[in-house]
Amino acid sequence: MISVSVSDRSASLPAAFLAAGSSSFSDFLADHAPTLLPGGAGSGRGSAADIEAPHGTTIVALTFATGVVMAGDRRATMGNIIAQRDIEKVYPADEYSAVGIAGTAGLAIELVRLLQVELEHYEKIEGTTLSLTGKANRLATMIRGNLAMAMQGLAVVPLFAGYDHETADGRIFSYDVTGGRYEEHSFHAVGSGGYFARGSLKKLYREQMPEADAVLAAAQALYDAADDDSATGGPDLMRKIFPVVSVVSADGYRRLPDAEVAEVVQRLVAARNQRPDGPAASLT
Amino acid sequence: MSVPFYVSPEQIIKDKADYARKGIARGRSVAVLQYCDGIVFVAENPSRALHKVSEIYDRIAFAAVGKYNEFENLRVAGIRLADLRGYSFDRRDVTVRNLANAYAQTLGTIFTETSKPYEVELVVAEVGDTEAGDQMYRLTFDGSVADEQGYVVMGGSADVISSTMASTYQQGLELGPAIELAINALASDNGENEGPREIAPSQLEVAVLDRSRTQSRKFKRLAAERLVEILASNG
Repeated sequence: MISVSVSDRSASLPAAFLAAGSSSFSDFLADHAPTLLPGGAGSGRGSAADIEAPHGTTIVALTFATGVVMAGDRRATMGNIIAQRDIEKVYPADEYSAVGIAGTAGLAIELVRLLQVELEHYEKIEGTTLSLTGKANRLATMIRGNLAMAMQGLAVVPLFAGYDHETADGRIFSYDVTGGRYEEHSFHAVGSGGYFARGSLKKLYREQMPEADAVLAAAQALYDAADDDSATGGPDLMRKIFPVVSVVSADGYRRLPDAEVAEVVQRLVAARNQRPDGPAASLT
Repeated sequence: MSVPFYVSPEQIIKDKADYARKGIARGRSVAVLQYCDGIVFVAENPSRALHKVSEIYDRIAFAAVGKYNEFENLRVAGIRLADLRGYSFDRRDVTVRNLANAYAQTLGTIFTETSKPYEVELVVAEVGDTEAGDQMYRLTFDGSVADEQGYVVMGGSADVISSTMASTYQQGLELGPAIELAINALASDNGENEGPREIAPSQLEVAVLDRSRTQSRKFKRLAAERLVEILASNG
């Protein structure tokens, strides 16, 4: 006679669901359904150097007086091909934080989805939200979990920003492929056009600037990135595709409506008609 | 060699059921009812930290009475199940029916296969786009499921409270009157001969699944201060 265990015989919840302890969804997945983790299906063997997968490009973030702005261009590239013109690369991680993704788009979007569930899961089980640093650290752990894929060329490098209720201001965190987490002050940019965007923000950033100025500075930085990096998409006025711009403040996460971004972008483009390199910074 | 006593299966089941009922009867009650914008959960619970009512997913919430460690265990399992389904399929594929089934199977298995049944009773509810789309399931310690309409009461004095509810409940109430009705029903648990008790807002845990919320997560707790405001506006 074949003996059948209780869990095989009925549809009752497996023991992993009823186990006490962890309030982390990714830990639960690793334990119960590891194949669902981003990159979980990958064995970590062989080379993915010749895999052509869409890549996300430039994300910028900068703090302003009462929060933080994060913006991303809309282009995904695959080698020299534009894979998508209107990809979205800035997402809410939860009510008070945003995450922008650069690198292999498929893995990155999955990682964002996992982060969103992770933060909500913790909140529901514990009845309280993680601290902003806690959220940033969870993301670091997830990126570290993707290291095997990164070694094969499928790296994910997000940018994380949010409103910290304890310090009452916006904070920005950057990452490297090994899961290293670094707090950035004032502003940061990642992705292929990130160097150009950072150079641009260096000249445009002002301490304690109002929200509207910060949004304009983010749009300028993305424009400069698109100007010099072929993988970063500029605003597409014909198709009405504009950057995704999000603001996180004490009022929570807010994605600016397209009409609002369009207005900012049109102002910027009109000014660049006069001076294509953008606003000139003073020499002193 | 000793010969074990024969105990009939009927007796074993009855003993377990009595045991579970006694455990549940020791605690205060919880009322769950539909109002015009969704479903409201009213629990008598002086603790601010140990919740009897909790969010499971976007449109789904959970309420329980009985032994805290046991229903907490089920609550966490429900959140894991919902999040796992939502993550591997889509947020819209998480349904209260699936959750109720999983709970029913789990409670049923525990009741029949272990010597100590769970001393809990649960309600899982999902708010729909309209009042007709609302769903409420009541689950008992032995894994039975009941599909409820309008209101559900569970806990120690559920019978008395239910009969008060039956005579006062009506469809389509506003939030304030619905909460007041639930509080009055919970306060009537001494029976008709005794007057209703006084239950202070600080002794209550109240939460709603509000379909009019713009966020995808429809669950919201009402803090004691907010509760006082709502009740005051009832006049």
